[in-house]
Amino acid sequence: MAAATDQATREIPYVKAITEGVQQSLHEFPEAFLAGEDVAVAGSVFGIYKGLLAEFGEKRIVDTPISEAGIVGLGVGAAATGLRPILDIMFMDFLGECMDEVANQMAKMRFMFGGKAKLPVTVLMMGGAGMSMAAQHSQSLEAWLCHLPGLKVMMPTTPYDAKGSIIAAVREENPIFVILNKLSLGITGPVPEEPYAIPIGEAIIRREGSDISVVAIGRMVHEALTAAEELAKDGISLEVIDPRTVQPFDTATVIASVQKTHHAMIVHEAVRFAGIGGEIAAQIQEEAFDYLDAPVARLGAPFAPVPYSPPLEKAYMPDAKRIAATARETLGR
Amino acid sequence: MADGPSNEVLLDIHERMVRIRIFEEEAGKLMENGKVPGALHLYVGQEAVAAGVMAHLSDADQITSTHRGHGHVVAKGGQFKEMYAELYGRVTGYCKGMGGSMHISNFDIGILGANGIVCGGPPIAVGAAFSNKYRETDQVAVTFFGDGASNEGAFHEAANMAALYKLPCLFVCENNGFGEYTSQKRHQAIRDVADRAAGYGMPGVIVDGMDVIAVYEAAGEAINRARRGEGPTLLECKTYRFYDHVGVRGMGIDYRSDDEVKEWKQRDPIKLLEDRLAEQDVLSNDDAAAVHERVRSEAMEAIAWADASPYPAVENLLDDVYYNGE
Ligand SMILES: Cc1ncc(C[n+]2csc(CCOP(=O)(O)OP(=O)(O)O)c2C)c(N)n1
Repeated sequence: MAAATDQATREIPYVKAITEGVQQSLHEFPEAFLAGEDVAVAGSVFGIYKGLLAEFGEKRIVDTPISEAGIVGLGVGAAATGLRPILDIMFMDFLGECMDEVANQMAKMRFMFGGKAKLPVTVLMMGGAGMSMAAQHSQSLEAWLCHLPGLKVMMPTTPYDAKGSIIAAVREENPIFVILNKLSLGITGPVPEEPYAIPIGEAIIRREGSDISVVAIGRMVHEALTAAEELAKDGISLEVIDPRTVQPFDTATVIASVQKTHHAMIVHEAVRFAGIGGEIAAQIQEEAFDYLDAPVARLGAPFAPVPYSPPLEKAYMPDAKRIAATARETLGR
Repeated sequence: MADGPSNEVLLDIHERMVRIRIFEEEAGKLMENGKVPGALHLYVGQEAVAAGVMAHLSDADQITSTHRGHGHVVAKGGQFKEMYAELYGRVTGYCKGMGGSMHISNFDIGILGANGIVCGGPPIAVGAAFSNKYRETDQVAVTFFGDGASNEGAFHEAANMAALYKLPCLFVCENNGFGEYTSQKRHQAIRDVADRAAGYGMPGVIVDGMDVIAVYEAAGEAINRARRGEGPTLLECKTYRFYDHVGVRGMGIDYRSDDEVKEWKQRDPIKLLEDRLAEQDVLSNDDAAAVHERVRSEAMEAIAWADASPYPAVENLLDDVYYNGE
């Protein structure tokens, strides 16, 4: 990872960091192109590709029909024949439209054909609730992707990571998904001007602490940091871990933290049942059982689709308050 | 117009169109003033399609709607109160506040969902049509979808199955020239979506979607055909949305010219119908204005009612995830 020099680091929003990640990747790889619905003329409905059409032209910034299976299939075929596609499927809920291309084609092509195919495909999409977009535009479906051997999955939570994840993903020689978060588009943070890559599969400790390890997935990192701030006032110390990549998963960082704090909790916005929190909890008890002073806690959404009504949606999503309450419960303080 | 629709039908169609227009104008204001959350895809400009088709349907006939679904629900008989309450996310809404604008629908009057998934509806309508045939009723299932949606694989699978099984189904393509911000000529290599019908062995019919009587007559023929057991039709209505893709003014993306919008607005479907009704002495301009006024005050009342309604209770979040008995 290139060290950022002070002069070249500015505060920019998550949305701009995404643009820059894609832009610099397109410069780095002449064989890279961006394809998706309304990515070119409109610059994406989230505004994440503004200016790219003007800079790179229609050959490399490709508006597609509303055909998600077609988009992903196009990416698989193009990658298998020497290109480096960056695909956008807008809301991650639209994975539903292209899941065969993702699960049965993209994820398995290399393995099924004896290691002949190399598929450097990046898929970008927007996940998460919080905007009253209701059940089909608010989901957190990372578990669908993590369950598929052959895929990698990143979930950047800061502007720095958004840019660095996209660059890492485009440099990656395997199919990789970067799950962006729509509620985070306006979050600002320091981002170096030059290209840099976040190491795939490496977690980062967002806040050091001594009492409990909180593994926070995606946007929940920010909620966990708020909870940590709050609990610090009462002398309760949270260590907040942002896995950054959820497939492959950085078990070592989590285990080292739990060995120190003796308590663990996982929080994600996806529904709790069969969410990746279950996998992480299992890994912790397999590798650090003797260190645990309490059962591993898991926070996630209830087993319901995302509701539209604002007060219900608010209650649906885990937040700082519930993270703090769960941490207290686990610690018995 | 000797054999055209009766005056009664004309007035009914006019009422449906005005109801849609006013519902949407007020909904647009609510969104822009931040009174309702989420994303509203408004139907203004396309009223002739919903009204002209729905005038042939009873509550027993089914439709599937889209993300741009308010107009379909109003035309099928949806009540303003329960509709605005849904936009407000209140428990008194048609979906108890769980669905919102993109899912606004009422199964009791044959609306099998408005859909946030583009082309989510056609396969479901085919299922309803299959059921109608299986149960030997004379019900018809109508699916509304956009020009953009006709590029999803689901459209092609649904169309093929409907024709293969000769189902009582009508595919209504509302070709407004755009899928979001992408113009039709930039998302498909054909001009007429109706061309696709031939590939599945069903008739493809094109009508002026701003002329509600043309829509009414073409839809009537296709629906009668379906009821007679002669199979599905693809009816393409050439229309235009006067507002942006989302909301009224939208996100300020430059994708169509003001001149183009202005030109289409000169063929405002409600204005076209009202001119005709005045000319034929069916409805004077004053009487038409009175309809607008009456519907407007109904809308304002419904909005106040919706705004005063309670939110759903958090404890009820899990109630409808599964069927648990009545
Ligand atoms: C499967 C899926 N892909 C993409 C979208 C995002 N989206 C919402 S509306 C829309 C355009 C739909 O165009 P069209 O079918 O022509 O209907 P119109 O909006 O013009 O009424 C798109 C791409 C979606 N909701 N679902």
